Amino acid sequence: MLALQILANGLMLGGLYACIAAGFSLVWGVLNVINILHGSLIVLGAYVAFFAYTLWGIHPFASIAVVAALFFALGYVLQSSLINRVIGAPVLITLTLTFGLDLMLSNAMIVAFKADFRKLTLDPPLGSVSLASVVMPVDRLLAMVLALLLTGLLYLLLARSRIGRAIVAVRMDREAAALMGVDVKRIYAITFGLGALMAGAAGALLAMIFPISPIIGPVYLGKAFVVCVLGGLGSVPAVVVGGIVLGVVESFAALWFGPEHAVTVSFALLILFLLFRPTGLLGKKGYE
Amino acid sequence: MSGALLELKGVTRAFGGLKAVSDVTLSISRGEILGLIGPNGAGKTTLVNVITGVHPATTGRVLFEGRDITRLKPFQAARAGIGRTFQIVQPFPELTVIENVAASALFAGAAPSMRAARAQALERLAFVGLADMAERNAATLTLAMRKRLEMAKGLAMRPQLLLFDEVNAGLNPVEIDEALRLIRAIAASGVTILIIEHLMKIVLSVCTRIAVLHHGELIAAGAPKDVVADPHVIQAYLGKRYAAGGSMHA
Amino acid sequence: MGAVGMRRELAIAAVLVALAAALPLSGDAYALRLGTTMLLYAVLAMSWNFIGGMAGYPSFASAAFFGLGAYAGAIAQTSGMPMALAWVFAGLAALVFAGLLGLALLRLRGHYFAIASLVVAEVLREVANSATDLTGGGMGLNLPVMAGMSIQGQAVLFFYAMLAAAALNFAAMLVTAHSRLGFGLRCIQQNESAADMIGVNTTLYKTAAFMLSAVFVGAAGAIYASWVNYIEPPDVFDVLYSVKAIVMVLLGGAGSLFGPLIGAAVFLGLEELVWRNLLQIHTGILGLLIVLLVLFLPRGLLSLSRRRWRAAT
Repeated sequence: MLALQILANGLMLGGLYACIAAGFSLVWGVLNVINILHGSLIVLGAYVAFFAYTLWGIHPFASIAVVAALFFALGYVLQSSLINRVIGAPVLITLTLTFGLDLMLSNAMIVAFKADFRKLTLDPPLGSVSLASVVMPVDRLLAMVLALLLTGLLYLLLARSRIGRAIVAVRMDREAAALMGVDVKRIYAITFGLGALMAGAAGALLAMIFPISPIIGPVYLGKAFVVCVLGGLGSVPAVVVGGIVLGVVESFAALWFGPEHAVTVSFALLILFLLFRPTGLLGKKGYE
Repeated sequence: MSGALLELKGVTRAFGGLKAVSDVTLSISRGEILGLIGPNGAGKTTLVNVITGVHPATTGRVLFEGRDITRLKPFQAARAGIGRTFQIVQPFPELTVIENVAASALFAGAAPSMRAARAQALERLAFVGLADMAERNAATLTLAMRKRLEMAKGLAMRPQLLLFDEVNAGLNPVEIDEALRLIRAIAASGVTILIIEHLMKIVLSVCTRIAVLHHGELIAAGAPKDVVADPHVIQAYLGKRYAAGGSMHA
Repeated sequence: MGAVGMRRELAIAAVLVALAAALPLSGDAYALRLGTTMLLYAVLAMSWNFIGGMAGYPSFASAAFFGLGAYAGAIAQTSGMPMALAWVFAGLAALVFAGLLGLALLRLRGHYFAIASLVVAEVLREVANSATDLTGGGMGLNLPVMAGMSIQGQAVLFFYAMLAAAALNFAAMLVTAHSRLGFGLRCIQQNESAADMIGVNTTLYKTAAFMLSAVFVGAAGAIYASWVNYIEPPDVFDVLYSVKAIVMVLLGGAGSLFGPLIGAAVFLGLEELVWRNLLQIHTGILGLLIVLLVLFLPRGLLSLSRRRWRAAT
């Protein structure tokens, strides 16, 4: 049945979207910073995986770990050196700053990697599996599983570890957390590092499935934002719900309106939610 | 025509399932100084919010000078003649003191032009004793001065009814006496006043009538000496043990 | 300040306009092109100042208004409307659009408002891409070339058109700054709920500011379209228009009268230096400029001088 196939496509996409948005949501919720860099970080992660595979034969699933570590460090340094200076500043300032950083990063990538699209093709290809009449490419399926796994790990980190609890405390009430002895600056840096980590790892997963180029950074950023608004901020489950909803909506929209309009449909949905339900399906509203 | 300036009829304000204000019927006559008291969380500020249009009433009506103002937005209530001060003072931090007051005069419709607004602002500042601070930045004022600035802003709106929300919080006894003096002077100039307060001493010294809220409900309203002896009121504040044959004077 | 201050500002503006009007006399085509771009930037910056500087709402909608104006003007012209009329029409189209958009968007605050305003440009771009019959879609739209005028003459014409738009924009800023609207916007920017409580009709004032931020940008977009003769969606709905507007105002000093002009001039100067020498990395350099600006000079160049501009009371 066509509807089932589209639904399956949507779910596979949705898992990836959840992973893309998880780091973005965390940074927004905890630091009150919308990280415009997020999209470019995803693309950078994709490039790392791409070159690791084409140059050294390292499978993307393996590069994820390396990417994660590298990007965590990158995010940590970026936050503690630059972004920390504008924490608490008006929205305009923080947005403009991350915008400027993004311009620098994306320009650097265009110069380094050129704007043409690259595709990481696995050799040998993974093929696809069939369930009922639904065809699922194995690479997408695995990417979805890994994406959800990664998101789940983030959830566990936030729920069970001491660092995670500290992050949640800062998100709920920064001053109270500071009074309880939490080093808020360090938590900010760690959180941003985690956001970058998730972005890079998501990029590595995406590299297996979609063609990459520095110019699609904004597309992923847009998706991350839509997921956060649809699902709501404040929890990982909200991000998963938002991701899946977006994935399914886009897949059906591509069917009904054509793939070139799928993005417009998701933006229209975004505006509707912003107007009538900014808290999203599951979450709290983000900082304003 | 009743002398009532403000009438609340069965006003309820619910947030989700929680009733912050529940079926309150109350009227305020011209020239009164009505004290609105009750334990923390009783719904006093919410009631003021409903009167000024910050929160629409879930059910019930609010009448001002005979007009139904239940659905008015805050800026419309301001222009209709209802002024208000805030518990947490809200000046415009980058404007000067006089600009703060002139803004109230201008936008509430008390002054037709900016020049007139400035002139009126100066008068209000003199009234509250802040005239020499006129050109200073509002953010540099101490808390007591900011409270007086709030008062001046409220007055500049030329209100018929002025709502004071915890105007004495954070002030020392000397400052409180000064605030009370101002409140009496304002009442003498013809402004009807509703004052939210939780210090009994203040309420008893300045109010002509008292209304008591508890869990959003109006549990007593009347002359101060009657209200403080009302067992329901005592129970609300101090618990059942003091209710029988006790009084509010500790 | 008051009336005296306003007269002084008017005098300064008059001098600037006179100087600008004399530029075409130099006969230098490059200077004319640069001057027209400068005036376009001035319009972008001054217009953003209404909503971003005075009202304090971080709007990223400039690109949406610019692109809308460009297409409205272009479509009007290709349908036979005289050019100057098409420019006015485009400005009005942007005005109306901003009024309607404001109803939806101005209820949002902070991040939500910013991103929603950003998304609008994207949506409009997609619409322009798809409505091929009307807009030429991805293939772009060609505008009729003016017959009977030399290239030089046309360049001068477009320069003066942009100058008119900029002068009108400045006049609107001047009047607003010294009016109730300007005072009310400053109150809204500093404490919106307090402004509401003292009787400011915040919805009306914010919408007015938003509409003012659109009308001149829309007209400038139409003038731009006539000037370059060919437009396509990613060109005129480029988010960089929004970002540049913001950067220019931040550079010069938000909320002030001459800040946007100073910022636009400095920005264009920097851009010319970079374009000529470092084409490949110009967006990266822009990014660097933005980062440095935000970190080290958040109140703009005007804050370096100790006198701060204050509106009349």
